[in-house]
Amino acid sequence: MTHRIAPKTIVSISLGLLVAFLVVSPASPSEANVESAIKAILAVGKEGKGATEAARALRELSRQEADVLPALLAAMDQASPEASNYLRAAVEAVADKAITQGKPLPVKQLEAFVQDHKHHPKARRLAYDLLLHVDPTLPERWLPGMLQDPSLELRRDAVAMALREAEAALASGDKDAARQKFEQAFRAARDRDQVDALAKQLKALGVSVDIAGHFGFIRDWLLVGPFDNSGGIGFAASYPPENSVDPKAEYVGKQNARLTWKPHTTADPYGVVDLNKAIGKHMGAVGYAYAVVESPEARPVEVRVGSNNAVKVWLNGQELISHEEYHHGNRMDQYIGSGMLKPGRNEVLIKICQNEQKEEWAQSWSFQLRLCDRVGTAVPVTVVKHPAERSAAGTAGEGR
Amino acid sequence: MTSRLGTILPAVLLTGLLVAATPGQAGDWPQFRGPNGSGVSDEKGLPVRWSAEDNIRWKAELPGRGLSCPVIVGDRIYLTACSGYQQDRLHVMCFRVRDGKKLWERQLWATGSTMCHPTTCMAAPTPVADAEGVYALFATADVAAFDPDGHLLWYRSLSRDYPGITNNVGMAASPVVLGDLLFLPLENAGNSFALAVDRRTGATRWKVDRHRDINWITPLVVAMNGKSEVLFQTSREITAYDPQTGKRLWTHEAGLSSVSSPILGGDRILVPGGDFTALKPANGSASPEVLWKSNRIKTSYPSPVYLDGRIYTLNQAGILVCSDAEDGKTLWQLRLKGPFWATPVIGDGKLYAVNEEGTTFVVDLRTEEEQKRLLAQNRIEDKFLATPAIAHRCLFLRSDKYLYCIGEE
Repeated sequence: MTHRIAPKTIVSISLGLLVAFLVVSPASPSEANVESAIKAILAVGKEGKGATEAARALRELSRQEADVLPALLAAMDQASPEASNYLRAAVEAVADKAITQGKPLPVKQLEAFVQDHKHHPKARRLAYDLLLHVDPTLPERWLPGMLQDPSLELRRDAVAMALREAEAALASGDKDAARQKFEQAFRAARDRDQVDALAKQLKALGVSVDIAGHFGFIRDWLLVGPFDNSGGIGFAASYPPENSVDPKAEYVGKQNARLTWKPHTTADPYGVVDLNKAIGKHMGAVGYAYAVVESPEARPVEVRVGSNNAVKVWLNGQELISHEEYHHGNRMDQYIGSGMLKPGRNEVLIKICQNEQKEEWAQSWSFQLRLCDRVGTAVPVTVVKHPAERSAAGTAGEGR
Repeated sequence: MTSRLGTILPAVLLTGLLVAATPGQAGDWPQFRGPNGSGVSDEKGLPVRWSAEDNIRWKAELPGRGLSCPVIVGDRIYLTACSGYQQDRLHVMCFRVRDGKKLWERQLWATGSTMCHPTTCMAAPTPVADAEGVYALFATADVAAFDPDGHLLWYRSLSRDYPGITNNVGMAASPVVLGDLLFLPLENAGNSFALAVDRRTGATRWKVDRHRDINWITPLVVAMNGKSEVLFQTSREITAYDPQTGKRLWTHEAGLSSVSSPILGGDRILVPGGDFTALKPANGSASPEVLWKSNRIKTSYPSPVYLDGRIYTLNQAGILVCSDAEDGKTLWQLRLKGPFWATPVIGDGKLYAVNEEGTTFVVDLRTEEEQKRLLAQNRIEDKFLATPAIAHRCLFLRSDKYLYCIGEE
């Protein structure tokens, strides 16, 4: 290869800078080919737009030597999900060829890439996987320092290693060391299976853990319902809480029932609110849950919901989630919407629709909702316990 | 079965109803249920007995789970899998038939929902392959084409192209190919549709809305008087579309299965449902004629298989039922032991039915003596949900952990 691009430069700059660098530098034909091939792949769009050009570009990139890998990985920083999968195919083709031919991978550049948190987490994990081909000691050396890694997969491996170490300490009789390691791993864990395993170990050691708080589940709600969802009409219907929430308001609900907001605090460790208990068992019904959270600053947030029911979610009036499916399964973080928290008061409204299926397994009417960042870390907000004030400018439906 | 053939063959010739030419050459197993989606191979010398130690030609370790079946074209076996805590790593692999050597493996990052029932996973749809490569659809609605050497030809995120696809139980219907077209069954509880794309570029050729409900039916391609039709089935109907344009040709409405896929049986389309139904398509857009219905033929998760005028189905109780395709009457039954998720396959006069626990029942279809029907029960301790494949005088079984090539020397 005749590339004269310093790999360290490649991994530390965005693709835009990379392109600029290539433009002002006297590029070899191979460099120019790489640059235009990456551009073609980044241009791939929805519904197969640009796929023919991307496939051609992929063939060009697949012919390159392994020192092109950092540039391909860096291009993922601003790639669409479609383009990322094309780039991944190029990375795998180039790396496979090098490994099969016994040629070296650019280890130092790949290591620098993994260590640079500015790069896309998935690209960093892919670089890490490439390094594992040449250095099986990598997990031992790196994972202890990756407990707070923004790549969920790297963090998961780091937590798994910490969990094993804690269990080993426990088995050797060193309870203090085990507890400290379990606590450290618990703080870092973001996947439910690991959190569960760690919470169980900590409880056995007499340490109390707050799983709902760890994940950022909202526990304090105002609830109102049932409104009508006979024949599934309720999902599309806009009932009064979608216009504004007044905790003192009275509504006319299903079968002319007089409805008022009721405070509810769930004690479920995963923040599950059972509406069959909190509102009452109803079929063909809509319930609303409303919460107010105070944020110290403006920040991006993910609203994550699990429910067996059809749901809609609004944050400060903006619809983030709309999913009309009933009783096909329920898991934490089933539906994810991205939004922005404002400094100060923020309003969360969720609509939970129950249908009229009679089967025993279709009787669940419940939800869980949490606020977190993209990694799944609870965002620092204070939940206002059972707010009494009317919403300032409505809660839903107008995109406020 | 000579007499049965004598009945069916003239009917086939008269009506011209045939399975349309689908990918692969003789001896290949290119898609779900093999050649033409029939579940039947013309291979001979297939194995009767094996165990974890005996008659295993090779086994290859897999990087993740999958309910998808191996598909085989020439000397290549293509297989999909998924891995990762969120099942968001989607694998496409290629193995060499003769020794199980992994020739290449590619991964995609899932872009659609990975929510599903724990029994299934994101690698549930079976890929389809031809001489130009493999077309892999995942439950996340990610779809990609690779050439035989593992080069990505095209990729699409259908969940981003057409937002609102949802099946929280998990999608599992498999794509099929006809000529230049790849048909993708995306029937689901949200944005529900059938899609035809150019298999060489991934570009959309047509898209039609379908009934909104979760569904696991693999389409069936048939030829009718020289014209091909592609059939899509949901719990409410089975509809034939013009493969080139997506124009609806005919619909038969009834309470049908959303799990067990239809199959061609001679001059008729055999449709699982509340009543198992034999349909004879009419010419043009007229509704098909209902030849017979039977509430005695029950299918569970496995789809039916057809050979020489006989329909073979596995019901929920693990009973293999052989029915007459002429009138739906039961010819014989054989109690096996389930649970069965995989569809049985047929080759060399034998039916292979693998249950979840790894016992494959080998049933002799040539004998009429009841006590001689069950030839063997072969156990490999592993979890098997995928439908087997047959090629190169071998049976290919896919478990959660391994791909097994089984053949007698």
